[in-house]
Amino acid sequence: MTALRQVGGYILIGLYAIQGGRNTATIAWKELRTYFASPGAYIVAAVFLAVTGVLFVNSISGTFAEASVRGFLEPTALFVVPVLAPILSMRLLAEEQKLGTMELLLTSPVRDYQVVIGKFIASYIILILTISLTFFFVFLLVWKGDPDMGPILSGYLGFVLYTGAALSVGILASSLSSNQIVAAIVGFGIILILILLGQASELVTGLFSTILEEASVLEHFNDFSRGVIDTWHLVYYLTTIATFLFLTVRSLESRRWR
Amino acid sequence: MAAEPVIEVENLTKYYGNFPAISDVSFTVDKGEILGFLGPNGAGKSTTMKILTGYMPPTEGVVRIAGYDVVSQSLEARKRMGYLPETVPLYTDMTVRGYLGFMGSIRGMSRDSIRRRTGDVVDICRLGDYTDTLIGKLSKGFRQRVGIAQAILHEPDILILDEPTIGIDPIQVVETRQLIKDLGTEHTVVISTHILPEVSAICQRVVIIHEGEIVAMDSPENLAERLQASAQVVVDVRGPKEKVTAALQGIDGVQGVTVTPLERGAATYTVTSGRDQDIREEVARQVVQQGWGLLRQESLSMSLEEIFLRLTTEEPSS
Repeated sequence: MTALRQVGGYILIGLYAIQGGRNTATIAWKELRTYFASPGAYIVAAVFLAVTGVLFVNSISGTFAEASVRGFLEPTALFVVPVLAPILSMRLLAEEQKLGTMELLLTSPVRDYQVVIGKFIASYIILILTISLTFFFVFLLVWKGDPDMGPILSGYLGFVLYTGAALSVGILASSLSSNQIVAAIVGFGIILILILLGQASELVTGLFSTILEEASVLEHFNDFSRGVIDTWHLVYYLTTIATFLFLTVRSLESRRWR
Repeated sequence: MAAEPVIEVENLTKYYGNFPAISDVSFTVDKGEILGFLGPNGAGKSTTMKILTGYMPPTEGVVRIAGYDVVSQSLEARKRMGYLPETVPLYTDMTVRGYLGFMGSIRGMSRDSIRRRTGDVVDICRLGDYTDTLIGKLSKGFRQRVGIAQAILHEPDILILDEPTIGIDPIQVVETRQLIKDLGTEHTVVISTHILPEVSAICQRVVIIHEGEIVAMDSPENLAERLQASAQVVVDVRGPKEKVTAALQGIDGVQGVTVTPLERGAATYTVTSGRDQDIREEVARQVVQQGWGLLRQESLSMSLEEIFLRLTTEEPSS
């Protein structure tokens, strides 16, 4: 009897998961369509490709230039991503608040976290597609040079994780304001602080320095671009993404209480 | 047979900081009823609607939709509800069809039923020629219809419409009201409005809310009668009951006096008069002239009247 009840419980949980997945997928799908239907994402992608192109050319122009992606992924991570991620995510929740559709979304039989995760997935897909445009540079490297594929793959893995963390910050910022521009600037600010923690760690010593360094969102990317995949860095990025998404859900909830 | 209530609201209180937006609001709505939520701007209508739909939790009190608590059994309650917030929530970059499809989908409708119901609601809301138009290009009136269309898409038992006729032109107002009236035959409807004729035109029952409190709850006809027939003045007087009653009844225009005894020889007298006569001065004069103690005088139905005065009693004209 208890076994039967247990099985029933699992089936119920499974059904909830399917329904939950469905809601998340519906929201993700709607966001993806919005991205593709509006010119914004294409413009962002074009500018991104142009800027990374300059950084790529720069990275292979030196006298002892190496055939690797590290040379342009690292400056991209430092200078481009803090702007790119908030711009891609600024619309997600800010616009819902401005249009009033947030009220509709949150009074539909959908959980708050399904809304947040759905939107994160959609923007992450767009972000990964944008990043994948730079595979063109990899193709050039393979064609004209003889790059080591290991660090390229690990570099891209780290880069995607790092931008995912930046994106989750952008979504949190988007939940804080109904103004997209404000959301983008706040997101940029938080990402910048998370990067600068690494710089600040060099100014102090001991445990405090270690803490700052480990907290910095960019420091964990460096090992990836050198070709090292450390579980600790994976855990760091996944935890960071989860934390900021969780904070976003709480931020949505707090809107209801006001 | 008494219809069972599908919406139960008990002692609802909501504070914004220290400011009570609504306090101790209780009412029920029966199945198939159209309930009007009437009050001047800022009376707490939208706050109540937001709590009913589970968007905001109340500070105190309980709301049950079809028996489900909107806070603890939120999803079950939400499934049975269609909601049109005050600012019509539309994605301006979607087509009407795309928008309805998305709304149906997040409410767990199957693809087939979305297709079927989209056709239905497009007919009901007369959106026929605009299904593939971007919502951003529609006029205010049509956007309102799209808003109603999404609210009824999933055939909810309960429809909650917050100021559904605000900001649209008079012809569309008439159409929208007829639409709501028609919907009332199949759904339980709660609409909020600050326009007096609107509730008389649509609703079977009215809840009047003012400064966060329910001041009256009745059918539109009874309310109108109560308001027009008489005005009441309440006085606390210390003096011989019979003589005071006689003196008050002797005042020109007084239709009746009821007495509720207080302590130490005082009593509360409720004096009813015709609405067009102001007897307040005469009441005070009579009491004072006889040498009785006038402890308190208050105009009872004035509060209700004042609220009505603040309501929009005229139809918006073009």
